[in-house]
Amino acid sequence: MGRKLLLDKAHIEGIRYYDVYRKNGGYAAAEKALKSMSPDQVTEEVKKSGLRGRGGAGFPTGLKWSFLAKPEGVPRYLVCNADESEPGTFKDRYLMEFIPHLLIEGLLISSFALGANRTYIYIRGEYAWIPDILEEAIADAHKNGWLGKNIQGTGFDLDIYVQRGAGAYICGEETALIESLEGKRGNPRIKPPFPAVKGLWQSPTVVNNVETLAAVVPIINIGGDEYSKFGTGKSTGTKLISACGNLNKPGVYEIDMSISVEEFIYSDEYCGGIPNGKRLKACIPGGSSVPILPANLLLKTAKGETRMMTYESLNDGGFATGTMMGSGGFIVLDEDQCVVRHTMSLARFYHHESCGQCSPCREGTGWMKKVLLNIENGKGKMSDIDLLWDIQRKIEGNTICPLGDAAAWPVAAAIRHFRDEFEWHVTNPEEAVKRNFGLAHYADPLPVVAAVV
Amino acid sequence: MAVQFSEEKLNKVKEIIARYPEGKQKSALIPVLHLAQESFGGWLSSETMDYVASLLQITPIEVYEVATFYSMYNLKPVGKYLFEVCHTGPCMVSGSDNIIAYIKEKLGIDVGETTPDGLFTLKTVECLGACGYAPMMQLGKFYKEHLTKEKVDQIIAELRAQAN
Repeated sequence: MGRKLLLDKAHIEGIRYYDVYRKNGGYAAAEKALKSMSPDQVTEEVKKSGLRGRGGAGFPTGLKWSFLAKPEGVPRYLVCNADESEPGTFKDRYLMEFIPHLLIEGLLISSFALGANRTYIYIRGEYAWIPDILEEAIADAHKNGWLGKNIQGTGFDLDIYVQRGAGAYICGEETALIESLEGKRGNPRIKPPFPAVKGLWQSPTVVNNVETLAAVVPIINIGGDEYSKFGTGKSTGTKLISACGNLNKPGVYEIDMSISVEEFIYSDEYCGGIPNGKRLKACIPGGSSVPILPANLLLKTAKGETRMMTYESLNDGGFATGTMMGSGGFIVLDEDQCVVRHTMSLARFYHHESCGQCSPCREGTGWMKKVLLNIENGKGKMSDIDLLWDIQRKIEGNTICPLGDAAAWPVAAAIRHFRDEFEWHVTNPEEAVKRNFGLAHYADPLPVVAAVV
Repeated sequence: MAVQFSEEKLNKVKEIIARYPEGKQKSALIPVLHLAQESFGGWLSSETMDYVASLLQITPIEVYEVATFYSMYNLKPVGKYLFEVCHTGPCMVSGSDNIIAYIKEKLGIDVGETTPDGLFTLKTVECLGACGYAPMMQLGKFYKEHLTKEKVDQIIAELRAQAN
């Protein structure tokens, strides 16, 4: 059994409620931090832990905290990013629904470390029932002296508020989230200044993902050094993976970052393999924005090594033959799935979610959707494949925020690895609307390394 | 229908404004628009938006630009029950196209339309964060997950009974 740090108590009945959470060791980390540590010592433990942002970017959390400007007399804010909208990702929802106090405790410790007295949880609007759960947890934490004025007699004050969004993927980008929290359209800001200097209401602000903030609790409980012993290399600790698509047991799993991709997909402890005896065709392991890989490159790197569920191993080979850990939204496609159609659905998603601020993204995502729809519907030309490649190249790196890159990468990777499936759609238009290309050679062992680069 | 929150809802608005520092009441816009949409027929008319602007002491255009940006705000009337079916990648892989086609056939409407009795509106939406429980849809405050044709039948029958 893999070791767990976040979901180790998830099976306990009633863990959603304060009394049960407290009885099972809850708020011990908060007590330790507030009563026996300084804010800088807390930050130091987080740095030692090697914790990396769990929202998708993987930036070291302790380092991010250390960038926070601390001018005299100016309030500082911590904002919890619960906007979880990356297709394939539903792990934060699980944490908030089932162990809300873990997040509240993580927020308390993190706010203490950052010197924030007013903290917001920005949650996607569609998770409309979860604010009730969080607000109940906040009220109970208040009643028991973990929030409000002079918390546990330490002199530290904190209030936590829940803010619902209203349907916009872009608000997961931290500056768009801040704009939205200020009551505006979610248009990302030009950086610098970074939120650490000028964020919410022009005050220094840290924005962290739900899972990142929850992970602060075990880090304080066991210490940063101990936490860093979980996982492999620079992928320290555990990671929540939300697995979906063609799997026997889709769901949210906490993994110690030391298992292989193959074990994650096929072992009974995790996803339990692919239903109906079908074979694996492709996988997008880190949320829809990261490159799709065919089965043969997913399970083994181009060098022939076993691909592991770590930031480094998933990235092995770069964009030519690797992918990314991203948010941990693990999407599995079996042999019956059509990569062109799936890519079209993602292009449609990004077109719908583009905020419209930057022309390459606003126009490019729409073009990609239309061209992909044509190819999928048997109306594509061979030159459309090159056109798609050209459009995505012109979006990537040319926008204010990473949504442009996120829209470009899935299209690029699909063409890079599945070009013959695209070509088959063009050369067999009548077939393409009736059936799918199938597994083809995508699971075959790679003959020579050079063939895939 | 005159656009005016009840006393209780006005108190809720005050409570929302109190979450932000003094003078930052514009931050209350998104939550107050949710409240307005719930209170005034499931959509935001210009009258409703102007009312929200006056409550928060901001200009109407500040409300319009937000209301038109976020996908959860309906800018025209919708049916009593709104079926928002996800059709993004992971749901698609799990059969959302079949579910959408079935709902269309069953209700005799296309995506974006409302049944003549005003009960049901069908919308397709982008990823709602329930990918492991696909296919799925949002129905009001909650999600309906692991959808099958039988489950869709059951949901529609229950809602029809509830409406009568």
